[in-house]
Amino acid sequence: MFNSASNYADSVDLVMLIIVGISIVLLLGITIAMIYFVFRYNRKKHPVAEQIHGNVLLEIIWIVVPTIIVIVMFWYGFEGYQKLRADVDNAYEVKVFAFMWGWNFEYPNGKTSDTLYLPLSKKTKLILTSRDVNHSFYVPAFRLKEDVIGGKNHFMILTPKTTGVYDIACAEYCGLNHSKMYTKLHIVEDHQFDQWVSKVDATQTKPVEEKK
Amino acid sequence: MADNAAVAGNGNYVDFYNYKGKYSGIAGWLLSVDHKRIGLMYLYSMVTFFLIGMTLGFFMRLELWSTGQDIMGPQTYNALFTLHGIIMIFLVIIPGIPAGFGNFFLPIQIGAEDVSFPKLNLTSWYLYTIGGLMAVVSLFVGGGPIDTGWTFYAPYSIRTGTEVILPLLAAFILGFSSILTGLNFVTTVHRLRAPGMSFFKMPLFVWSLYSTAWIQIIGTPVIGITIILVMLERAFGIGVFDPALGGDPILFQHLFWIYSHPAVYIMILPAMGVVSEIIPTFCRKTIFGYGAIAMSSLAIAFVGTLVWGHHMFTSGMSDEARWIYSFLTFIVALPSGVKIFNWVATMHKASIKPETPFLFVMAFIFLFSIGGLTGLVLGSLATDVHLHDTYFVVAHFHYVMFGGTIFIFFAGLHYWFPKMFGRMYNSKIANTALALMVVGFNMLYFTFFILGYLGMPRRYYDYLPEFQDLHRFATVGSWVMILGIIIMIVNLIVALRKGDKAPANPWGGMTLEWTVPSPPPLTNFTKIPTVKYGPYEYEHYEEVVNNEH
Ligand code: HEM
Ligand SMILES: [Cu+2]
Repeated sequence: MFNSASNYADSVDLVMLIIVGISIVLLLGITIAMIYFVFRYNRKKHPVAEQIHGNVLLEIIWIVVPTIIVIVMFWYGFEGYQKLRADVDNAYEVKVFAFMWGWNFEYPNGKTSDTLYLPLSKKTKLILTSRDVNHSFYVPAFRLKEDVIGGKNHFMILTPKTTGVYDIACAEYCGLNHSKMYTKLHIVEDHQFDQWVSKVDATQTKPVEEKK
Repeated sequence: MADNAAVAGNGNYVDFYNYKGKYSGIAGWLLSVDHKRIGLMYLYSMVTFFLIGMTLGFFMRLELWSTGQDIMGPQTYNALFTLHGIIMIFLVIIPGIPAGFGNFFLPIQIGAEDVSFPKLNLTSWYLYTIGGLMAVVSLFVGGGPIDTGWTFYAPYSIRTGTEVILPLLAAFILGFSSILTGLNFVTTVHRLRAPGMSFFKMPLFVWSLYSTAWIQIIGTPVIGITIILVMLERAFGIGVFDPALGGDPILFQHLFWIYSHPAVYIMILPAMGVVSEIIPTFCRKTIFGYGAIAMSSLAIAFVGTLVWGHHMFTSGMSDEARWIYSFLTFIVALPSGVKIFNWVATMHKASIKPETPFLFVMAFIFLFSIGGLTGLVLGSLATDVHLHDTYFVVAHFHYVMFGGTIFIFFAGLHYWFPKMFGRMYNSKIANTALALMVVGFNMLYFTFFILGYLGMPRRYYDYLPEFQDLHRFATVGSWVMILGIIIMIVNLIVALRKGDKAPANPWGGMTLEWTVPSPPPLTNFTKIPTVKYGPYEYEHYEEVVNNEH
């Protein structure tokens, strides 16, 4: 159901599954206990309450156990992401420019395009900059997003696992046509990519605004 | 206290509605420094603003019925979610429970005749009203309704052609209202407690208001400064935030969230206080872990000031900052968890009468738990990077703010209605309304979780065709929920006029407001009570409540 385009995306889904799984257990526990008590200790059946002010052991348990649980959750979410971000050596670099309201991609040889093409077997480092207000580069199939901000060079690492066509969206509100900032990411076989990227035609070497 | 109970018994007194002061009629309200009248004026304003915000939400959901344009263009949609956010945040939920119920009940619950600074209190209400009016006026001047989202991120807020300065000024003034209310409450709690009411005999609602008041005083100035900087930058191009002028957009986000994250605790802590009142009353049982609940409020208020960075995991912070904020976010979840466990534990071996306010609290525990647990998904780095600024976040904050705070606002309304207005409402209708609200709420917002995980970004006027079915289902949910809300409000309005007379203590509560008549007299107590027991020590129920015998 959830379209995934990289091993990293699968690992995010796994983290999600772990957290949601634990959460469902907790939610059911709380809800069932509450509903059970309301029936079991209804005033009709149980007219006089027992005055219990607290229980130190119980309170220690429900502070310590959740602490362990959240540290586990934290660790899963932290570890994969940190690895992904740290591993930037010899990546293929593509510059990404955002503007109101579209995208422009620039490859090492100067070629530019408004849809992103990337080779299947390479790790790519996208360098993100905005020409105006804040935007956010979001590729749901890779479970990745990074804000694109004027005067900054944020980056994102993409390591695809299959060829395909994926959506790119803007995830930081940027005005009138924020919801129309969709473009596509094409992951293609390496030889197709080489062919595509080496075709630089004269109009394409300039940034998008200067076209036409 | 015997005197109060006696008065409560025979009804021979002048309540605060009928008391003849210096002014009468409408001026008797607008110039009144009585905390109860001020509290009610806040309540009326907030319910009105809530209904306006709800209507905006209704129209947004209609627009999202199908892809492309349905009933409005993108500019209108962008203005609608901005206004909806501004109204719900600054005019409803931040003043919310403290300004409304806090004003009315904080003095009564600690055995005081009023707050420390009654005139300042009225000033706060005027600031609130002026701020609200300015927000309304801003829609019709300059470039038209603001379209920045309630977060007014720079540099968009510097560059947009719509009117930004006036609504920001409104938020600035509302901030002052909030600071002054906080100041008043802190002083009141320190200075005006009745004899015998030590800190650890205070009701938990008072504890929560006290913690909140500190956040209001310490946090709000930061947003004030941020707002001034944005206004200066718009007017004079001073170049603090806009990269084109040499500024830094990330600086804006830090300043904004340094306040606005603690602000979410301003929104939720008072609600947690109300829950801690309602549960013991309908359980006839002392609260489980009074100390833990009181201390967890303070813990939340403190750690809550350190986690603002979790709104910025994708903003290009250093990777160290990312994991530190992620870690602290998980830690701040713990005290909220402790409270939920304590509340449920209170129901164990209790004697429960599940009347309307209690049912609202049960709905709250369910919805707020979902909100809190999905907060863990967002606190975790890997998943947040995917879900940040998607419908998952929209779902999460509606579960905590709406399913949390607003549901408890409604619970409080049904709990204290007899005390405030001296009348009872039809509880069958109220329960039906609640059922509709819970069903509609989950249809609407649970769907948002799925949309978000599928990659639907927020603040989107339009969407990809594959999302249409889910969006339609959500919109139908909004109708069910809104129907429930309308039934609930109409039921209360009918009760105001036609409801049966309420006794002093319809639910069997033990805190001091239940020892005075409904509605209370002007100075609350004929004689300031002396407090002997903790607020929920039901083993002494007979002695405290029926002590005229
Ligand atoms: C009463 C029924 C409500 C409906 C139908 C509703 C619906 C919506 C919708 C459709 C959005 C826009 C989502 C988007 O385009 O990204 C939204 C945003 C929002 N809602 Fe609600 N909502 C309701 C109640 C509330 C309540 C009670 C609160 C808070 C107390 C609240 C706070 C917000 C906030 C802060 C936003 C974000 C605005 C922004 O993005 O700037 N809403 N709501
Ligand atoms: Cu954008």
